[in-house]
Amino acid sequence: MTDHQDPNGTPRLGRRTLLKGAAAAGGALAFPFVHAQEKITLRYLGTAVNQDKAIADKFKADTGIEIQYIPVTTDDVTKRAVTAPNSFDLIDTEYFSLKKILPTGNLLGIDTKRIKNADKITTLFTKGEVGGKKVGDQGTAPKKVMYVASPTAKDFAKEPTQFMTLIPTVYNADTLGIRPDLIKRPIESWKELLNPEFKGKAAILNIPSIGIMDAAMVVEAAGLYKYPDKGNMTKKEIDLTIKTLIEAKKAGQFRALWKDFNESVNLMASGEVVIQSMWSPAVTAVRTKGIACTFQPLKEGYRAWAAGFGVPKTVSGKKADAVYEFINWFLDGWAGAYLNRQGYYSAVLETAKAKMEAYEWAYWMEGKAAAQDIKSPNGDLLAKAGSVRDGGSYETRMGGIACWNAIMDENAYMVQKWNEFVAA
Amino acid sequence: MSSTKPLRASAWLQATPFTLVFVLFLVLPLLLVLAVSFWRATDYELIPAFTLQNYLDVFNETTVRTYLSTLKFCFLVWLATLLIGFAVAYFLAFHVRSVGVQTLLFVLCTVPFWTSNVIRMISWIPLLGRNGLINQGLQAINVIDSPIEWLLFSDFSVVLAFVHLNTMFMIVPIFNSMMRIDRALIEAARDSGASGWQTVWNVVVPLSRTGIIIGSIFVITIVMGDFVTIGVMGGQQIASVGKIIQVQTSYLQFPMAAANAVILLAVVLMMIWGLTRLVDIRKQL
Repeated sequence: MTDHQDPNGTPRLGRRTLLKGAAAAGGALAFPFVHAQEKITLRYLGTAVNQDKAIADKFKADTGIEIQYIPVTTDDVTKRAVTAPNSFDLIDTEYFSLKKILPTGNLLGIDTKRIKNADKITTLFTKGEVGGKKVGDQGTAPKKVMYVASPTAKDFAKEPTQFMTLIPTVYNADTLGIRPDLIKRPIESWKELLNPEFKGKAAILNIPSIGIMDAAMVVEAAGLYKYPDKGNMTKKEIDLTIKTLIEAKKAGQFRALWKDFNESVNLMASGEVVIQSMWSPAVTAVRTKGIACTFQPLKEGYRAWAAGFGVPKTVSGKKADAVYEFINWFLDGWAGAYLNRQGYYSAVLETAKAKMEAYEWAYWMEGKAAAQDIKSPNGDLLAKAGSVRDGGSYETRMGGIACWNAIMDENAYMVQKWNEFVAA
Repeated sequence: MSSTKPLRASAWLQATPFTLVFVLFLVLPLLLVLAVSFWRATDYELIPAFTLQNYLDVFNETTVRTYLSTLKFCFLVWLATLLIGFAVAYFLAFHVRSVGVQTLLFVLCTVPFWTSNVIRMISWIPLLGRNGLINQGLQAINVIDSPIEWLLFSDFSVVLAFVHLNTMFMIVPIFNSMMRIDRALIEAARDSGASGWQTVWNVVVPLSRTGIIIGSIFVITIVMGDFVTIGVMGGQQIASVGKIIQVQTSYLQFPMAAANAVILLAVVLMMIWGLTRLVDIRKQL
């Protein structure tokens, strides 16, 4: 939800390009940070979902360093990383965006020798394994884009090195959300999203790069086609996927498409939609309204996503030290426990576990029935004693990953076809 | 001669700040957009080159259909806001005598602008939705058996939201024109035996033309460039030119987006040019 109309939208593009030009030409914006260093403020670029006030407050209390959040949408994080690398000191971005950001040279590889818990980061990122077993790696699996050979490298290293592109912050696996009270039967497969039974009561994500993956899960589940790599389709595969979506849309399958977290919550809570692709915290939000909503595990598996901290090349000196301090603090447990309690997963499980109660850990991570009421970090009741988390334990859920959010080689073509779907 | 020179200099000086603002924040960016629309781009960088490919890519069935759909909304909204806006303005100008009451009613017309765009649009859901007030009401009095689906996330709801938002832009200029009409003309029409409708059609409408044209320009430019209203009220299922541009900029396809923007700008400018042919605004104001 940004500007209202085109006369606002068009010049904005021009203005940014202009600023960039000015910066390059005069170096006006590229001066090094040499101002007084008593009080450091870190500008943290990311999506609002990850930017919790409690985390910034706690970090300030612990270290005296101020965090200034810059909340924008997933797509805009990438856009700013590419076009305005001077406008932030720390970026929290999705792994799949790296394919666009890294070649610009705007990010520096993070020196793992300066990250205390680097070797404890979950194997999902370093090896693509959960509990010693390989998980699906279609799409931009983090392990493919995790390392670079040197801090200034512009392409990814195949093998683990000393330098990481991003240090993981949160990650999760997405699936369909359903209203069990309105569907009244078990849902087991992605193909139910296009089942005519739910005509006019289904919804899909209108973020092309993620929506197409959900659509691909449906196509595969319905037995229409088996993709060699859902995260990197050929033009023909894109055509097929979009064709399936257009047919469903013309038949009136979709009540709406959604782009925004709150939209998905509204659609589900109002009963306009009974089955849709959904994010875990959105399901929680519907539930806190007292409405039944299930984050339904499906037999074909999950579409996973992961975000992480990156360091722009523009920070140096004291400011760079502060960035490293924040990342180290983030992995140290308090923030991890905070995120785990919201239903996300944190990068270093060991330290987070130490900061959680045993019953919390058992509910969130081990898939056991809650020994007592489970509350969110704000104190809202999330689950009553005795209930079990959708999707079970960490290993069952993350072990069930089928593919990852991705940017395809044919991205431009895909976006064009997606626009056709929206216009159909 | 010598006395006019300083005057001219000061006139230039007076116009300078505004000119600078326009050049810096409108003309330059527009030129950049125009330039970028001929560039090439990869996933992560813009390549200054000259290519017409972006424009060729824009002209496909989807774009044509999207423009037709946007034009359709434009026409429907224009018609509805014109009829409602004219009626309201007429009432305010000719039937409400006291200035105080006029002001009060004007303020009432601005009520839709008291909340944010997004909240306003989201509040339609509990009213028009499947389990919304209207459907439940109609079902309760047994007018319908099952909920009416086309009330929300449809062409209807998009037009409704647009009309709700934009009628104000018609009311104000039309009211303004009407207030300038010499009341003696209305009396003369009546004395000459014209009926109420004849007076409206032959006297009021022609004399309100400037207001109607200005209001039309407001409404048309807003609807042509909008993507938020169409997105939210259409359940993101109805395409709009603005939405296509937004998606393309999100994916860093700036040259494509720029080409689309240039075409949209050209279309809107042509519409405005056509409208201003109908009336000389500067003369009429």
